[in-house]
Amino acid sequence: MSIDQIAVTAAGLLAIAGVAWFFWGPRGEGVKAALNSAGVQEAMILVKGGYTPDTIVVEAGTPVRLSFRREETAACSERVLFPAFGRSADLPEGEVVPIELTPDAPGEYGFECGMGMLHGKLVVR
Amino acid sequence: MNPSETATAPLQPSPTEDGDQTATARLSIEGMHCASCASRIEAELARVPGVVGASVSLTAEEATVRYAPGRDELPSLEDAVARAGYKARPAAAPEDALTRQESDRRREYRSLMRKFWFAALIAVPVMVFSYPDPLGLDRWAAFEEGSDSLLWIWRALGLATIPVLAWSGSQFYSGAWLALRHRQANMHTLIAVGISAAWLYSTVAVLWPEIFPEERFTEVYYDVAAVVVALVTLGLALEVKAKGRSSEAIRELVGLQTKRARVVRDGTEVEIPIEEVVVGDVLTVRPGEKVPVDGVIVDGQSALDESMVTGESLPVDKEPGDEVIGATVNTTGAFRFTATKVGADTALASIVRMVQDAQATKLPIQRVVDQVAGVFVPAVIIVAIAAFVVWFDLGPSPALTYAVIVAVTVLIIACPCALGLATPTSLTVGMGKGAEQGILFRGGDALQAGRQLDTLVLDKTGTITHGKPALTDVAASPTFDEQDVLRLAASVERRSEHPLAQAIVAGAAERGVASADPESFVAVPGHGVEARAEGRAVLLGNRKLLADRGVDVAALQERAETLASEGKTPMYLAVEGRAAGLVAVADTIKPDSVAAIAQLRELGLEVAMITGDNERTAAAVARQVGVDRVLAEVLPEDKAHEVQKLQLEGRRVGMVGDGINDAPALTQADVGLAIGTGTDVAIEASDVTLVGGSLQSVVSAIEISQATMRNVRQNLFGAFVYNTAGLPIAAGLLYPFFGVLLSPLIAAAAMAFSSVTVVSNANRLRHWKPKEALA
Repeated sequence: MSIDQIAVTAAGLLAIAGVAWFFWGPRGEGVKAALNSAGVQEAMILVKGGYTPDTIVVEAGTPVRLSFRREETAACSERVLFPAFGRSADLPEGEVVPIELTPDAPGEYGFECGMGMLHGKLVVR
Repeated sequence: MNPSETATAPLQPSPTEDGDQTATARLSIEGMHCASCASRIEAELARVPGVVGASVSLTAEEATVRYAPGRDELPSLEDAVARAGYKARPAAAPEDALTRQESDRRREYRSLMRKFWFAALIAVPVMVFSYPDPLGLDRWAAFEEGSDSLLWIWRALGLATIPVLAWSGSQFYSGAWLALRHRQANMHTLIAVGISAAWLYSTVAVLWPEIFPEERFTEVYYDVAAVVVALVTLGLALEVKAKGRSSEAIRELVGLQTKRARVVRDGTEVEIPIEEVVVGDVLTVRPGEKVPVDGVIVDGQSALDESMVTGESLPVDKEPGDEVIGATVNTTGAFRFTATKVGADTALASIVRMVQDAQATKLPIQRVVDQVAGVFVPAVIIVAIAAFVVWFDLGPSPALTYAVIVAVTVLIIACPCALGLATPTSLTVGMGKGAEQGILFRGGDALQAGRQLDTLVLDKTGTITHGKPALTDVAASPTFDEQDVLRLAASVERRSEHPLAQAIVAGAAERGVASADPESFVAVPGHGVEARAEGRAVLLGNRKLLADRGVDVAALQERAETLASEGKTPMYLAVEGRAAGLVAVADTIKPDSVAAIAQLRELGLEVAMITGDNERTAAAVARQVGVDRVLAEVLPEDKAHEVQKLQLEGRRVGMVGDGINDAPALTQADVGLAIGTGTDVAIEASDVTLVGGSLQSVVSAIEISQATMRNVRQNLFGAFVYNTAGLPIAAGLLYPFFGVLLSPLIAAAAMAFSSVTVVSNANRLRHWKPKEALA
């Protein structure tokens, strides 16, 4: 094996490890939803290539309002689904669309776009 | 009312605490910057006469105003906002949201097509100069291999493809970048990395050919960059267009809503926007007009075309007291009705909401797909890197060129979109198709389970039969006339409120037999009636009543037995102490039940009938409609248990019944199909609601779930096979054996059209039609 082959192989393995860590590695804590005066936990989520923030931490048993605002034209994200809650909403571009739900049991509930390509997570404590 | 629903329902009258009705208007407000702006607008709105309350949301840029309805208030509200120094317009209604989505889609399509044409325009000359042989250009000295002029041609191509990547391919880069920031990867990531690798490699090769002495002048891949951008962009555009078609059914449903209604207020008829109609308003509907909201007819009569909501093709006769459904079309009569459900509570609004929610649920089959899709893109990137390394280490010379091109091909051929689109698109089309037929699926699991059923339990009363008794037979003793028997029977029953009595009166009227009020009337509970009519003493009731009064019924006995064995209830009539004849009533079978049951059996289902009737009556009905199995003498509370017993036999059971009495059985069944009751479409216990209420729609429901699931399977199979076959071929797995290596251009074409194929296949479902009822 020549020196450049060894170099390319090593770099390739390193790159594979890097890709795996980057996409599948451990992630940050997420953003805690703010409790407003009406007793609703609120969070704004920007929909643009993904959900920002993509992990929202809320308390169980208290109503949650997630306000989605989609700022892109790609048809991919025009619908957001909460399969665990059987809820969904269309997200017209540039409009704030609130989704209200009250998670009763702690756990992690995913939300995603209609095609299942964008993912976010509601962490209920 | 669910608070989130107000967000999608712009105007929705609801009762206030003191019982008065208020309407709610949503205004979209422009130009707000701070919380004080919001409170200023609130104060100004509150001063408008009739306004009960106003709240302004700064983040949503929206005002929600509650006001006492009565006038067209919107202009004065808009004026109030203007007085506060801001601009207001009515907030988007749900149908507007759909229209907007549609126009967003069209804009997206046009923009993608512009990008495609631009990329194509550049890609053609790039292709010609990259592959001069077919056109004979290679005879020119300029294309001589290894010459400086060829190097310069290539450099020009590299320059020409920059705008293709930068503009036509911009969505790949922005999409990839945005996803990367979330540590996610998608189709855009793969395409962006693929085209960048092809372009960068080529550029390094033509700018500094001395870096790769071995590869000098072998090949550049500017054509890959340009063609991939063009093809994939075209694929995206076609996909956007096809996706628009998938939700056509729901858009049509929403479009059924009328915009204006004619309301009687203070004795005069005024036309107002439909949003201002409140419960209790009396509305008028003229021939040919649409019914604006749900309600009950007060006067007038007509036949209504309800096909758009129930799927029932024949117009339905309506008279005072009957329910009318908003968005149905009045045919020839005119009538007035009281509004009972308005805004987001109407049947149509519930249907739209149910279908939209159902389309958003997931098929159980999709959970597996999701798990694959979740790791798919990073896995493809890893495969590409691995392929690069293997080709570099073990591949033929020039190793670097092969390694690059194989890695690029792998990145480009993978199509996560086909996986992601496979089930949701079919689901959207299938559920929309169902809604067209008045069949509402609660979610994807109902649709998937519907296909797997092998046994269908039908509740007799109200499902197979009409659920109310009707006159079926009239028989007379030799000395009497049938007309007389029926006329007398109807006359004495005119005063009775018993359902059987009413069936006789209605039956006589239907047959054109005029009855008159009896002179006297005494009900004998549990037995019948004793009356005087047309000056004669008349007895009508069961055999015991006549026997008690000493009437000899022997002559009618045999006929009565026959009727009873057919599941009918015979009643004896005696006039002046002599047996005069028989009238029989029965719960009649709906006209399409027999055909529907035959079709269900043809679909491979075992059909059982469940009823509280005695064995004999049940068997009589079962014979007429041709079910496989009869579950008779089942108490209402035991129906769920019977369903469970069938499930214990290892069957997958569907239960068809009404949403109220049969709720436990519907819940117990693998799929509960509830027969709709007028405007109440959101039946909790059911997985499927049949708005039309006929058994024929059960057939359609099963057929739709079979057709949709077949479609989903085709899509998933296609997407999986495509990706699992495409990736290894792209990685060059066939090369050592057959010397076959996939061109990245072919990969781009395959990728672009695989997702279009998936969506188009789903759209084939739009042409699904219910089978014609067997004659």
